[in-house]
Amino acid sequence: MRALLAPLWQQPMVIALLLLSMFGVGMVYSAGVLEVPSTVTRGLWIRQAAFLGASVAGFLIVSRIPLRWFEWVAAPGYVLGVGVLAATLLAGTGAGTAEGVSSFLSIGGLRFQPAEAAKISTALALAALLARREDPPRYLRDLLTPAALVALPLGLVLLQPDLGTALAFVGILFAAIFWAGTPWPLILFAASPGVGLVLSFSLRLWAAYIVLLGIGLYLYRFRLYLVESVAVVLGNIAAGAVAEPLWKSLAEYQRNRLLVFLDPELDPRNAGWQLIQSKVAVGSGGIFGKGFTAGTQKRLAFLPEQHTDFIFSVVGEEFGFIGTSAVLVLFGYLFFRMITMAEAATRSFAGLFIFGILGVWITHVFINAGMTIGLVPVTGIPLPFISYGGSFLLMSWMAAAVVVALANDDS
Amino acid sequence: MTPGNPRLARELAVRARVVVVVLLGVLLSVLFRFQVLRSSDWLLESQSNRLRPLTVPAPRGVIRDRAGRVLADNVPGYSVSVIHDQPDSMVSTLRRLREHLELDDRRFEELAARARTGPPRPLLVSVDAPFDAVAALQERRSIFPRLLIESRPKRRYPAGRVGAHVIGYVGEINEAEVEAREAEGAEPGWIVGRSGVEAQYESTLQGRPGMRYVEVDATGRIVGSFEGVPGLAAEPGTDVQLNLDLELMEWIDRIFPEGMHGSVVALDVETGGVLALYSAPAFDPNLFAGVVDRAEWDLMVQDPESPLYHRAVMGKYPPGSPWKLATAAIALDLGVVAPGDRMPVSCRGSYVFGNRTYRCWKPEGHGSLDLAGAIQHSCNVYFYQLGLDIGLARLLEVGNRLGFGEPCGIDLPTEAGGNFPDGPEFWERRYGYRPLEGEALNLAIGQGPNDQTPLKMAQFVLAIARDGSAPAPRLLRSAAAGAGEASWSLDIPQEHLEQVREGMRRVTRQGGTAYLSSLEHFDLLGKTGTAQSGGGRPSHAWFTAIAGPHGEAPEVAVVALVEFGESGSGVAAPLVAKTADFHLRGRHGIPRDTIQTLGEHLRAGRSAAWARRPDR
Repeated sequence: MRALLAPLWQQPMVIALLLLSMFGVGMVYSAGVLEVPSTVTRGLWIRQAAFLGASVAGFLIVSRIPLRWFEWVAAPGYVLGVGVLAATLLAGTGAGTAEGVSSFLSIGGLRFQPAEAAKISTALALAALLARREDPPRYLRDLLTPAALVALPLGLVLLQPDLGTALAFVGILFAAIFWAGTPWPLILFAASPGVGLVLSFSLRLWAAYIVLLGIGLYLYRFRLYLVESVAVVLGNIAAGAVAEPLWKSLAEYQRNRLLVFLDPELDPRNAGWQLIQSKVAVGSGGIFGKGFTAGTQKRLAFLPEQHTDFIFSVVGEEFGFIGTSAVLVLFGYLFFRMITMAEAATRSFAGLFIFGILGVWITHVFINAGMTIGLVPVTGIPLPFISYGGSFLLMSWMAAAVVVALANDDS
Repeated sequence: MTPGNPRLARELAVRARVVVVVLLGVLLSVLFRFQVLRSSDWLLESQSNRLRPLTVPAPRGVIRDRAGRVLADNVPGYSVSVIHDQPDSMVSTLRRLREHLELDDRRFEELAARARTGPPRPLLVSVDAPFDAVAALQERRSIFPRLLIESRPKRRYPAGRVGAHVIGYVGEINEAEVEAREAEGAEPGWIVGRSGVEAQYESTLQGRPGMRYVEVDATGRIVGSFEGVPGLAAEPGTDVQLNLDLELMEWIDRIFPEGMHGSVVALDVETGGVLALYSAPAFDPNLFAGVVDRAEWDLMVQDPESPLYHRAVMGKYPPGSPWKLATAAIALDLGVVAPGDRMPVSCRGSYVFGNRTYRCWKPEGHGSLDLAGAIQHSCNVYFYQLGLDIGLARLLEVGNRLGFGEPCGIDLPTEAGGNFPDGPEFWERRYGYRPLEGEALNLAIGQGPNDQTPLKMAQFVLAIARDGSAPAPRLLRSAAAGAGEASWSLDIPQEHLEQVREGMRRVTRQGGTAYLSSLEHFDLLGKTGTAQSGGGRPSHAWFTAIAGPHGEAPEVAVVALVEFGESGSGVAAPLVAKTADFHLRGRHGIPRDTIQTLGEHLRAGRSAAWARRPDR
């Protein structure tokens, strides 16, 4: 029995995951304590607890799988993941508030989000790809293949459309190429078209940014091919050019979310509502919070999506700054442990995968917690291990299981 | 690659940790600002999100009569309101409410219109919902999530019809009044006095509404009461005590000729306090305690008998013979006559002035009379000559000084002044000719362009009962300074005034027109009147009187007017006599009896030896 359960304490990160997950079940319970008729039933926490049980069981199995198996499965797993994502686009259904988004796939009555599994398979494939290199990427063209590998599932997820999950794929890419030893200016250049896209809403900001980029390219000129510098500039100009058509192609709710991020009072009853009420919930929690299940913003249904995307607001309202900082410190501990595990890994495949998953989780935590306080725009992205969602919890634990499996492998 | 290069791995790990620390540090510092530095602002926001102030109605002050009997008080009632929402959903709630609450089409349309255009406040559907309806609605709370059921005091008038006009009634405040009384915190749903004492002493009776907080959810549905933030207790209105005597009012209601219209006024001689202010027909003010049913209201307004009309203070009638008292008082005030004087022409049934013959009511004539005799016999010929002696201009001048063209100033929101010419110019304005002295003849006997309210006539005889001065009649019983202070005064020597009283005294003596209305225990000094109503209808019956214990100063002034009552002596005089008797017996501790007047004694076959005693 001890041997069976050993993976639970062999790696200290698992303790953090267990704490976060159990806290999450409690928060899902609290999110169901409402004084208004709601679609959120009080029993959701039981489902979440059951999924946690299944997740831990799955973790105990998967974390014992030898590294070699994952190397074998990386390529076919990637193909399968992309295939299922494509299938989801055709046969997927929405869920909850994201009714119009086809992100779920039902198989025999079981609904799951293929994108969650695809994160793992993409991280595995990317790790396998980068591990084949003998040296760190030196040129932008070295990043082309890894970027293309991630772009395929990312694009499919964007088509659902699910911006939040797509950002998680970006997290995988950048975390992995970072751990591959890519020089940071190169990473910045690679990211620059994205930054330019975001800044293009203001012509002045964008112009200033392009000038800065030019200076950067000039200073870095001896380490880049000319073609690459030109590509970076062209990429940025292209990003600025597609910004407007891209903006128009966004769904109305997405545009509104971005607009109210800049000014929530723009539409306080509708699009700005979530953000305003979430800020009120978090802020009114104070240092110690209003007490478990006692959050008024949540209890009286002012807080939207209180059991999924905005569960961090419930944490903030009911446990105050003590609660939110405890959760973030736990995540911080988890991330530090993962960095240490990657550092200690004997095989580069292991470290690269660990960083891929680390990129996913950091993206989720920063965007999810950040949106509850207006730091980043509202994107439908859950908080790992805490937000309600069976398949998401299960897949997060599976990712953790692979992380532990790879870290434990000292072959 | 990294594992093969521990130095690079170490360097990258450090950088990665820095990134993690920076990202989490940003989150933590923003959270610190939200939850520690600015928390109180957000806490306030979360309170204002979920807490809504609700008005707690203040119970209105109780209105009592002089003996402390309740004229108007409060009983628990339930109000039903629809919480503000999208107009469509409010209207649909109203529609579903009709299954449980009585809402006629008109009321429904009215409420629906208010739901569409009204202010964002709870829409008051019923101020007084029946208990079973309230119970049914409470059971269906889930179907009616946006319904607000509150207990609120409801006005009750235990005396019902009796005193309806003088006490008045209440109703829901209208939008214009809400604006006008904003400083007092008025808001829709307030119940305010609409007429009578309820309106007159509105600010005293109203009190100050309190406030309490309820917790609402995101949709505005009330989840529960909230005790965390202290509310404001309602300040009940101040009670009001009146000079009215409910027993007397009820007695008058009992003895008033059935089916007839008219009024009875009784004033306390010493203070001018209003003991009774009765108007028939009446209405039940309890009908107005809730939201007034539109149809019922229309019915009452359009009723040809005008039950809402307060005849005692609004009804203007030709004064007829009782006015001769006024003519006498004016003549004495001006000093144109001494009580013992006799007129140059004695009454032969008519009097010729100019080229016209003015008739006395008694064709065979009264002969030569002094003032008291002329009052006793109501001799027109005497008063024609008295009118001429006074002269039209002076008659009008003093008449106006005595306030016959103005309201008495009773503490009621509405009171009509009499119709009395303000001067000779009146005829020019009204009829286009200069008045001849002959107009004085008509005015002297209470005819011509002169109409008075029963209350004004009561105030006038009040002055005769006193020293010639009269205060404004007062409903409010208060010891405040200025109460009972005279508003006008006659300049008549007391012995002359006594001669007028003597004339009135003889009216109820043997040979007087109201002998049958004389009383066993009290002196009744009166003047009958049968005033032409015009239009070929029966005359109005008047009796104006003062009464008190034998040989003592009068204690009460009573006036009765019965519309189309035909006979002052036969209809109005017994009414006054029985009213005065009822009141005075109570005042002097004499057991009350339904057989009061001489006429009733005779009809009942009782001994009435008292009526023939020489000292009376």
